[in-house]
Amino acid sequence: MTRARRFDGVDWSLLGVIVALLCIGVLTIYSVTANGQGSKFPIFAKQGVWIGVGALAFVVVASMDYHKLARFSYILYGLGLLLLLVVMLSGKTSRGAQRWISLGPVAIQPSEFVKMPLLLMLSSYYASQTRSGWLYRVIVPGLLALPGFFLILKQPDLGSSLSFIAIYIILLLAVGVKPKAFGLVLLTALMIFPFAWGELWGSLHDYQKERILSFVDPAYDTGGKGYQGLQSRIAIGSGELMGKGLHGGTQTQFKFLPEGHTDFIFAVFAEEWGFLGAIVLVLLFFTLFLLGLDIASKAKDMLGALLAVGVVGMMAFNVVVNIGMTVGLAPIVGIPLPLLSYGGSATIMTMAALGLLLSVKRRRMTLVQ
Amino acid sequence: MSDSGFQQSGLSDIQQRLVFLKVVVLVVISLLTLRLWQLQVRDGPHYLELSQDNRTSSILLHPARGLIYDRNGILLANNVPSFNLYVELKDVKDREGLIQKLVEYLNIDASEVSEKIRTQSSRTRVKLKGSLTLREAALIESHRLALPGVVVQPEFQRNNPQGPYAAHVVGYVGEVSERQMSKEYFEGLRQGSIVGQYGIEREYDQLLRGQAGSKLIEVDALGHEKRTISVDKPQAGHDLYLTIDFDLQQLAEDLLGVEAGAIVALDPKTGETLALASRPSFDPNALSRGLRSKNWQDILRDKRHPLTNRAIQGLYPPGSTFKIIMAAAALESNTVDISETIQCGGRFRFGNRTYRDWKASGHGTVDLHKAMMHSCDVYFYKMGHRLGIETIATYAKLFGLGKKTGIDLPSEQSGIVPSAEWKQKARGEPWYPGETISVSIGQGFVNVTPLQMAQVIATISNNGVAHQPRLIRGVRHRNTGQIETWPIPQATPLGLNPTFVEGIQRSLASVVSEGTARRANSPLVTIAGKTGTSQVVALRPDKEKETPKQFRDHAWFVAYAPFDNPQIAVAVLAEHSGHGGSAAAPLARELIEAFIKKNRNPVGESRQQRENTKRPVL
Repeated sequence: MTRARRFDGVDWSLLGVIVALLCIGVLTIYSVTANGQGSKFPIFAKQGVWIGVGALAFVVVASMDYHKLARFSYILYGLGLLLLLVVMLSGKTSRGAQRWISLGPVAIQPSEFVKMPLLLMLSSYYASQTRSGWLYRVIVPGLLALPGFFLILKQPDLGSSLSFIAIYIILLLAVGVKPKAFGLVLLTALMIFPFAWGELWGSLHDYQKERILSFVDPAYDTGGKGYQGLQSRIAIGSGELMGKGLHGGTQTQFKFLPEGHTDFIFAVFAEEWGFLGAIVLVLLFFTLFLLGLDIASKAKDMLGALLAVGVVGMMAFNVVVNIGMTVGLAPIVGIPLPLLSYGGSATIMTMAALGLLLSVKRRRMTLVQ
Repeated sequence: MSDSGFQQSGLSDIQQRLVFLKVVVLVVISLLTLRLWQLQVRDGPHYLELSQDNRTSSILLHPARGLIYDRNGILLANNVPSFNLYVELKDVKDREGLIQKLVEYLNIDASEVSEKIRTQSSRTRVKLKGSLTLREAALIESHRLALPGVVVQPEFQRNNPQGPYAAHVVGYVGEVSERQMSKEYFEGLRQGSIVGQYGIEREYDQLLRGQAGSKLIEVDALGHEKRTISVDKPQAGHDLYLTIDFDLQQLAEDLLGVEAGAIVALDPKTGETLALASRPSFDPNALSRGLRSKNWQDILRDKRHPLTNRAIQGLYPPGSTFKIIMAAAALESNTVDISETIQCGGRFRFGNRTYRDWKASGHGTVDLHKAMMHSCDVYFYKMGHRLGIETIATYAKLFGLGKKTGIDLPSEQSGIVPSAEWKQKARGEPWYPGETISVSIGQGFVNVTPLQMAQVIATISNNGVAHQPRLIRGVRHRNTGQIETWPIPQATPLGLNPTFVEGIQRSLASVVSEGTARRANSPLVTIAGKTGTSQVVALRPDKEKETPKQFRDHAWFVAYAPFDNPQIAVAVLAEHSGHGGSAAAPLARELIEAFIKKNRNPVGESRQQRENTKRPVL
């Protein structure tokens, strides 16, 4: 096979947006944790290391042919499930949840890493041949996703398990279901809902239940269940139009806002940089999604299109739920903000996924002959 | 399964559907933007205010209360440093959980504390415990990360070094109550301010309390201080010098001992109160320090009512001490001549009732002098009959009975001087002439406080010139250090005939030298006085020994000394102790002797001169 490789290559605007978001993330983490001195290796520097590793993953995945990756997807997914089992049996417990595997000085979070194999597997499942009919289009892929979903939910990690489902639903929507059929899926879901809800509710920790309950009535008890949500809204709101400036966020600096460098990093940023800063951040994400969807629409084959849609959908779900919970539009379920929140596993996984996106773009025009 | 439920899925189909996905993303992003505009622009100022409330906290800085001294500079109330435990409720997420933790570290009652916290809004700072021990303070400080909102603050704590002595005079302090804050006297005080609740502390609170300051601090999410923004320093209150002579006060209380009763000692020439004792007493420290602790409850529930200041609030029939007023009334109204004699056969018939004398065999032929000396009841029955209740009431009121003396203490009682009008008003019944006979010997409806009787005897000793009893000699101003001596208020001459007054004084002297109060006779100084025994219930003398304590008579003795130059006037009331001559007179003698010894002129200089050199404090 003769290949005339034309490097349509790197999408500079995509890279620019990603780098901008990563910089905002490091700056904000620096602002939150700067006065927590004592550690020789501050958290923002650690995040820098994770970004370095993530950049490597990004380059490796971007330069690979996604068809090759898709071929190994079932094995990768199997390995992921194995890791989740290891977590369940001997994982590290922190704050009531068993989510981590210790590897010397670092702890990895398999629930983050297993998202990509799922995406690859489901995409290649739909792309390898026409999957039609209930069984092949809905039930089989659903059953493939189910073990991972339950293993993550049991940890418990409500946020990750929700984004796990999100990947499945987005791909299902992308391959298409007729409104009538989608209605039937919804109806089935409603019929098994009491059972599923019982399972889900029972597997949650008290603090998770309280977070969800407090979403129903956030002003109910400012000192209790709705505390995080309220403090987050105070942080964001008090930023007003122009913000309080770097290190100027009293909500963060005096620790009224918990988890400022992880789940609530958006609130910290919005307090420091105001409405204008928040809008810039939201627009950066919006641009990223549009660029991603553009890649999907120009993908050379179905696998590429599904992968691109999946990556964008997964990220968009996380961004919307995360910002939604900080502004009080969604329950606080513990989903990090992609590319900004501190966390090795999530950062590396997100950047690898973006590498996949670039891989799809790079290969859309490779075969000219 | 049919294919019909599903759309064809080819690459072009997916790419068509992407347009729809883009629209969804656009809508969701717009929604987020709208929400951000709402939070940050529309409601921004509101949230900014909330965030400032979050991080700043205004703390009340209690002023140091003024000190209270006795007339010789003995300290009666001061301030000691103390660690107080506060809770900033807005920083407490789990109130019940916090209480559980505090109970582990401190000796506090969980239900009591949760009661105190529960009713408060989350905007307040609540004092949970005063006077932490060093161990407790250290425990709390070392666990402060686990105790959000808990603050240990060093503050002044009111302290009464003399404990229960003079407790009724000095009083105690406490946090200003909601009800008090609505009153004019306490206007402008902040919640949590410490104010006088009793005694001098209450009466002169405005002088003692000083001016509170405040401190604005920046706090973190655990309510712990990060930085001071501004300080408005508190100003200490003024110091007070009382007229009380603490040595005398202490002796008076010790003389009463465990028995209930009151002793009042006045300077008849000035109205200065030298001692104002009431027993049983209480420890004001327990009340000033406490929340509504167990101590509080114990004191409030005590059946002997230790919080009652019997000297100004206890109401007793004056018994035979009332005969002083009867004598003055009879002489002044020309009802009797000083030398007129009557026959006492031990009983007085009036209407169809017989009124007995305390001495069944009678006193024989008695004039006013003898009647006073031996406390002949029949003589005064006759006087009462002649005078009528209205004249008796007029003279009783002239001597200050039936109204407050106006001493500078809160909640003084005025007592009762009965009259036909009074009885109609109070009981809705007409006055019966027989009741006049009872009043003549100080029984029946007439009721007085020990302080009122002290004022009566002081007025007689001062030749019929009355002084309003008072407790303050002077004030030291905190900022200038100047001591301002308060002027002696205008004296009130009652307009009595000096001859008559002198006659009564001589009778009172012989009461002690050869009459019913021989037990008060002192080799040290000539004492004049009058005994009294006020009936609690009608008793037969021979059965008195078996009478239960609460039905036994109250013993009275009022006296002054020295006879020729009175410097001290005393009223003693011993509840349920029997006869005035045996139960009350010896106490008065001991007190007077102690006073005379202490104030005796050692080298012949006048008392006035000595006073000038001896009291550096005033």
